[in-house]
Parts: sequence; C-alpha cells; structure tokens
Amino acid sequence: MDFSSLLVPALLAVTALVGMGRRVDVYSTLTEGAREGLSVLLGILTPLVGLLTAVYMFRASGAMEFFAQLLSPLLVKIGIPPETAALLFIRPVSGGGALAVGSELIAQYGPDSYIGRVAAVMLGSTETTFYTIAVYFGSAGIRRTRHTIPAALTADLVGFVAAAFAVRLFFY
Amino acid sequence: MAMSWVWTGMIVLSLIFGIRNGTISDVGNAAMEGAAAAVELCISMGGILCLWSGVMAVMKRCGITDLLSRLFRPVLQRLMPNACRDRETLSALSANVSCNLLGLGNAATPLGIQAARRMAQGAGGTATNELCMLVVLNTASIQLLPTTVAGVRAAYGSASPFDILPAVWLASILSVLAGITAARILSRFTK
Repeated sequence: MDFSSLLVPALLAVTALVGMGRRVDVYSTLTEGAREGLSVLLGILTPLVGLLTAVYMFRASGAMEFFAQLLSPLLVKIGIPPETAALLFIRPVSGGGALAVGSELIAQYGPDSYIGRVAAVMLGSTETTFYTIAVYFGSAGIRRTRHTIPAALTADLVGFVAAAFAVRLFFY
Repeated sequence: MAMSWVWTGMIVLSLIFGIRNGTISDVGNAAMEGAAAAVELCISMGGILCLWSGVMAVMKRCGITDLLSRLFRPVLQRLMPNACRDRETLSALSANVSCNLLGLGNAATPLGIQAARRMAQGAGGTATNELCMLVVLNTASIQLLPTTVAGVRAAYGSASPFDILPAVWLASILSVLAGITAARILSRFTK
C-alpha cells in the first residue's frame, strides 16, 4: 500500500467525518460545491477548443518538433525533457493554453510515462504568471512593476527544472 | 491580446511548416481532431473536477481554511512585515495563501487583490518590495491537490492520477523558494 493510493479514500473519509463532527451538512455542501467544478469546466471548455486545435495543427505540421529540436540541447543541459518545450513557453502566458499543451503531452506519451508525469507536475506546480501579475497590479493601480516579472519567471523556470527533477526522484 | 498573437502565430506557423514539410493534409485533419479532443477531455475530466470542488467546499465549511490561515501568519509576517502590521491586510493575505493551497482560485484571487489594494495605498503606482513579494507568491502556485491535472491524468487512463502529489509539492516548494529569493535579491537593484 503506497501513500498516494491511500490519500484519496482517506481524504474523503476524513473530510466527511470532520464535517459530521462539526455539524456540517456534508452531502449538500458537497453537491453545492461540485457545481463550482462545473463552472470551471465550462470556463475551460471553449479556450481548450481553440487552443487544442492550434496545438494539434502545430504538432501535425512538424513545427513543434522543429522548435523542440532547436531548444533541445539547452533543455537537456538543465534536465528538462525537450518534448515539454512548448509547455514551458505557453505556461506563463495562458492557463488554458498550458492545459491544452500539457494534456496533449499526457495523451501522447501516456499519463504514467516520464514525459506525461513531468508535464503534469509542471502544470500542477506553476501558475499563469503574466495573468496573475496583470490581475493584481491592474486592480491595485500599480504601473511600475519593478522586479516582479523577473522574479516570477525565475520561480517558473526553477519550477520546471524541479518538476523534471522531482519526477526522476520519486519515480525512476 | 497576447493570446491572440500566440494563437495566430501557431496557426500561421502550422500552415507554413505544413506546406514546407508536405504535411498540410495532416494539419487540416488535426484542426478537426483538436477541437473534438477538447470536448472529449472536458467530459472525461468533468467528474473528478466536480467531485473535488465539492470536497474542497466541505473542507472550507469545516474551517480548514481558517486553520491554514493561522498556520501561515508567522511566515507572512516575516515575508511582508510592513503589510502585516495592518490586521485586515494580514487576514486577507493569510486567507489568500490558504485558499491557494486548497486550489480555490476563485476565492483566493479577490482576497489577494484586497490585500494588494491596501498595500498599494500611498505607493504612487510603483510596486513596493512587499507588493512584488505578494504577486510572486501568487504566481508561484502552491497547491496541495492539483485537481485539474489529476483530472486530465484520470481522463487519459492513469493508474493512479494523484501519484504525482509528492513531486508536485517538491517542485512547488522549490519554485516558491526560488521566487522569494529572486524577489529579495532583485529588490536591491530596482527602484
């Protein structure tokens, strides 16, 4: 029995028990909350249609391979599998785009393959940097962002390298 | 607007490479396949996404966000001492971090914005060191359960969609630490 197979059932049971203990209407809170998932799903459906179309075309034309090969010596040097090159570029710019590129990698190489896992960990451990910066500074009325963008992109880059490293560490 | 450039660029490059490599008929087919794949993916990951949104809602109702908030106060007070002197900013900040941890993006963003607005008062449109830190913390997501990714993995038949969790946590922690360090170091060179 490993940690991750225990995690899901245990988390569900503990959440339900703690909820019952605190007199929370667990079931109706669950179903109400599930509606939030539906709106997330609706929100990503249309961007995914647009972006997966572009990603499929890009890959089928051979352009993806061309650019990945261009970058591959550099990426290999820092321990990132070159197949994920497109994901690195789209991740800070577009959440939907990253999901499209990432899920395409997961579909193509398999969710339990090295590439599939690295893509998943990259998606799970980074954010849509430029969108976040725009939302926060936009609403706070900040025009001079100083070192925010370089610092945030450093975090992203380290996140990508760490994703590949962590997958090798835990799985291979 | 940035995405319009990216999208147009990808489509035009696909056309050019398709003609050059003689793969243009594949490119046409791929456009149709991509759109269909998007809907298929959404349908197959819909269940897991809804389930976990529901579980997160129960956790929130149980007070786990408050517990996490209390846990993060000391850390935030060290990272953003000036902002945390203001009680309201501190509570918005800690709630922002704990909602991010639970993957409640829709709840986290308004809280973070509330904190950012208070912190920006009197800054005259220039980001202070602490504001940069707040945004860097929010761009380097730390998520305990990356449910969307797990949903994608499940949709494509992963044997154990959540088995990437330890790897996600490690990568997130390293990325956040790098962001904090970079923000600290770079703040000395920018005015």
